[in-house]
Amino acid sequence: MLKLKDVHWDLPDGEELIKGVDLTISPGRLTVITGPNGGGKTTLAKLIAGLYMPTSGKIFLDDRDITDLGITERAKAGIAYAFQQPVRFKGLTVRQLLQIASGTEMKEFEMCHILEKVGLCAAEYMNRPLDTHLSGGESKRIEIATVLARNASVLIFDEPEAGIDLWSFSSLIDTFEKLKTEKSGALLIISHQERILNIADEIVLIAEGKIRAQGGRDEVLPTLNINGRGCGCPLGREVVNG
Amino acid sequence: MARENINETSLAMLKEITDWEGLFDGAYSVRQDGSCADMQSTATIKIVPKTDNPGIDIYIQAGKKKDIVYIPACVTKSGVDDVVYNDFHVQKDADVTIVAGCGVHTTDDEGARHNGIHRFFIEPGAHVLYKEKHIGSGAGKGLRVIDPVTDVVLGEGAVLEMDTQQLSGVDRTVRKTNAKLDKRAKLVIRESLLTDDDNVAETDFEVIMEGEDSSVDLISRSVAKGESRQNYHSHIIGNCRCTGHSECDAILVGNGKVNASPELFAGDLDAALIHEAAIGKIAGEQIIKLQTLGLTEQEAEEKIIEGFLTGVE
Repeated sequence: MLKLKDVHWDLPDGEELIKGVDLTISPGRLTVITGPNGGGKTTLAKLIAGLYMPTSGKIFLDDRDITDLGITERAKAGIAYAFQQPVRFKGLTVRQLLQIASGTEMKEFEMCHILEKVGLCAAEYMNRPLDTHLSGGESKRIEIATVLARNASVLIFDEPEAGIDLWSFSSLIDTFEKLKTEKSGALLIISHQERILNIADEIVLIAEGKIRAQGGRDEVLPTLNINGRGCGCPLGREVVNG
Repeated sequence: MARENINETSLAMLKEITDWEGLFDGAYSVRQDGSCADMQSTATIKIVPKTDNPGIDIYIQAGKKKDIVYIPACVTKSGVDDVVYNDFHVQKDADVTIVAGCGVHTTDDEGARHNGIHRFFIEPGAHVLYKEKHIGSGAGKGLRVIDPVTDVVLGEGAVLEMDTQQLSGVDRTVRKTNAKLDKRAKLVIRESLLTDDDNVAETDFEVIMEGEDSSVDLISRSVAKGESRQNYHSHIIGNCRCTGHSECDAILVGNGKVNASPELFAGDLDAALIHEAAIGKIAGEQIIKLQTLGLTEQEAEEKIIEGFLTGVE
């Protein structure tokens, strides 16, 4: 279980971007964080993965205080993070990256299994370098695969839908649904996508650095004004009719 | 092969430079401290010692498919300055892998040097994969020097793929590669260079395309660590309808310094030549990504460098 207690984070110039977040991510459940761009979603993911350190507040993983741990230590503690923008490497191959991610010499069929989950054929991709010859969608899928290859207790995916075509997206949804049943880990997805929101157990709405709504899918989803249904402001402001 | 002529230092270096597993299968010539330690020809590859200069002529038979020849050279003690002239005569339509490679080992304050001058005469339609790895070792303070010269003449439709790597421990190197390409000939060079401490490496390519539809693809990757310095120069000359591409990427670590000066000359309206170059430190986001996979910063750096140097394609 991952717990954030009154987490704040300021930019170096002092501007506060995360303004006191309390959040619990439970194992075996899919929590989706949504909200407007610039609202603090990715910042929150980076605070959990250790890319940013909180200005104040505490982060616990299974009751262990991990607030002061760096990126490597958090990864070793069981946090996995798929970047919104995949990183390119000149030279490193898909095979090498997956092996680093799993921490073992993965067998061919294991890689096949992981890559299949993101809609890639292992035979075609394993030896490809992770450079600019891969399309945006391909590198995004490999990024997701690196997190699936890890034996983590918290899996964070930052906008996994970005850059992925419709066909792969359907199988990605299947993958997330299967993960919910296969893994006892906690799943945290940052997304605007209705189809991802539809498979969430919990939905957290973040805007302007604060949690604006939080609860079960059936409770929160109708308030999000997706596809023009309803007229609630996502920031919780009063809607001006006229 | 005659193991008794090959000393322990050579054996250790042969493993590094040729993936040697105790026996060379097929034709080979092993050079050690300035003379031939062992040599074997086959029905299709003849190795003949030169009479005017130190070195050998290697004759690779026409039309033979998937042949292989090993010609490693080791300098195993200080005070040796070995110059060798090896000429490869690759006959029409042959298909051969040539595994060269060189190790220099110092034992005291005197230097050790190997200067291999390799000439390739590649006849029409032949295909050559040339692999060479260079390494320096030994506790001696003398400079470990490897100065390879590679001169290539590619006949019509001939192909040379050259994989050349400097692994580590070479204090000084001047690497010169010259090639002349006839019609439809193709040259692919993949170079990777690692320098550390106060190593100095100079690499210089000159490729002249004289025949229509010839092509060159030259990819050089290097890492300059410590206080080391590298100087890269390539000159691609297109005198006809041809395509040329060169790419030179360098990663700096510590106080490493790299000078890259690519040069292109198009002497024909239909010569299409491209150069790409990039020098810089490891991107911070690459290290962070590998840290999120559980590596320490130092482990991440090592993995990135290893992938960068070995993944030249």
